[in-house]
Amino acid sequence: MRALRRSGAEVAAFVVAVVVFIVPFSFMVLTAVKDELQSAELDFAWPASWPIVENFVAVIEARDYVLLRAFVNSTVLTVGAVALLVVFCSMAGFVLQRRKGRMGTTVNFLVLTGLIIPPAIVPTIWVLQGLGLFKTLPGLILVEVAFHMSYSVLLFRAFVAAVPRELDEAAMIDGCTGFRLFFQVIFPLLRPVTITVVLTTSVAVFNDFVNPLYFLPGDENATVQLTLYNFQSQYSTQWNLLFMDIVLITIPPLLAFVFFNRKIVAGMTAGAIKG
Amino acid sequence: MTSSRPSTATPPEPRTAAAGRRTPRRKGRGNPYPYVFYLPAGIIYTVVFLVPTIMAFYFSMTRWTLFDSTFVGLENFTDFFAEQNLRIGFQNTLIYAVSTSGLKVVLGMALGVLLTSRLKLRGFLRSVVFFPVLVSTVAVGITFSVLLKPDTGLVNKALALVGVSGPDWLGDANTALLSVAIVDVWKGVGLATVIYIAGMMSIPRDYYQAVAVDGGGAWHRFRYVTLPLSWPATNSVIILSFIGGLRSFDLIWTMTRGGPGFTSDVIASIIYKQYQAGFFGLSTAGNVILFIVVTALVVPLTRFLSAREVPA
Repeated sequence: MRALRRSGAEVAAFVVAVVVFIVPFSFMVLTAVKDELQSAELDFAWPASWPIVENFVAVIEARDYVLLRAFVNSTVLTVGAVALLVVFCSMAGFVLQRRKGRMGTTVNFLVLTGLIIPPAIVPTIWVLQGLGLFKTLPGLILVEVAFHMSYSVLLFRAFVAAVPRELDEAAMIDGCTGFRLFFQVIFPLLRPVTITVVLTTSVAVFNDFVNPLYFLPGDENATVQLTLYNFQSQYSTQWNLLFMDIVLITIPPLLAFVFFNRKIVAGMTAGAIKG
Repeated sequence: MTSSRPSTATPPEPRTAAAGRRTPRRKGRGNPYPYVFYLPAGIIYTVVFLVPTIMAFYFSMTRWTLFDSTFVGLENFTDFFAEQNLRIGFQNTLIYAVSTSGLKVVLGMALGVLLTSRLKLRGFLRSVVFFPVLVSTVAVGITFSVLLKPDTGLVNKALALVGVSGPDWLGDANTALLSVAIVDVWKGVGLATVIYIAGMMSIPRDYYQAVAVDGGGAWHRFRYVTLPLSWPATNSVIILSFIGGLRSFDLIWTMTRGGPGFTSDVIASIIYKQYQAGFFGLSTAGNVILFIVVTALVVPLTRFLSAREVPA
């Protein structure tokens, strides 16, 4: 009887999960592979024909290959921002954990501030404009670095706490301090948390919509999220192409999820509990 | 955030070198953990985040075109609160943050309990619930605005099957904001769930055995062990989703653009609208208001929650 009830609960959980979570994703994929006429009905029917390749090519070619350029831009943005975040935040997190004092207190305060306070948009544009970085990819990279900095510093700081100080001291006896101590001895040991930071921040930067919208407007050098947003108004009739775009943009996070699910979950929960 | 190394490097250092080997060599190179390490991160943080945040207080009191600004005092703020549409945004921001974080706590905890139990499909369900966290908000927003369409949308078609005629979820002023909030929960509950799972997994088994010895059932296990001991998880879920809810923009913007009318506008979407319209001063005033709202609510909330966090 109990076993029966258990498996009943199991089936119920499965059905609810399928309806609530799987149906929307199936809907995306099904609509993406339908022809234009059928996709306009926006129902859950099985595709009558399967113009997968045609839809794919049409989306890629749309607006003079804007999607391809957007993928390049998003890749540059993600790689650039994540690389800077890893190097700069690991350095900061290391010193922040190791060296207490008034400076450390101030930095800790600034880190928490960065976690809580919403960035002031137009003044940021004003600063970037002054530096000649507004509407440029390097400018957006700096913005992403600044806005994801607190979270990354916290993760690094927490991990450095688990690296024994004896190691630093041993290295110092060998005359290793400062940069050599950090980059030759400590940084290699931070590999697990570095992977976590790389995964979580790259998903966040790749999926970011608000900052590209403000700091990199225009179709010319759009990021993938912006193409989606722009297609939304343009393709009000070609739902299959809009959803093909959605599917294509969902593939990179999907790959990250398939290969690194555990790492990502670990990083996000650690970040949450430390933060 | 400049390095204080040059000033702290004490002059007599080289002379004492004869006294002992290790210390002078070490001190000669300055502290082994130099403040220079803060420099790259500090510069970016200061220039791109701190300076704009501080300047926002000034620019929010000006009429501003990015190139020149005229001081107008608190006019932008009085405009903000005088206009009905903008006041709605203020109210909506609170409704949105409270409802999303509340639902995420309740559902996340329920899913956490379910997914730490001995279900066979545990792994599958965990993945399914978590995946939306990694999908872009714009993609989720577009998909759900299609699913929630009044006549053709899948949701209302499904409701029609059981004889309910669903409303125009996003087109009706009464349901628009809450519909978006529910989609937000759909997308974000996975994160709450994994935080709860992590918290619940760290509860020692002994406590559950103690309840069993006293003849307690499933409800007692939940009420007297799981619920109080997953308080740190609850704490971080509340804080995270409350901050996220107050700042939320992308989902609302892709699903309703603040509409119908201004009924689902939040502070963040008003900031964008005023920016688009070229009212940079007003937009920045919105930013300052958001800043004050977030700080005024989140700081006491954090204090309150962590005060209740008594280690068991």
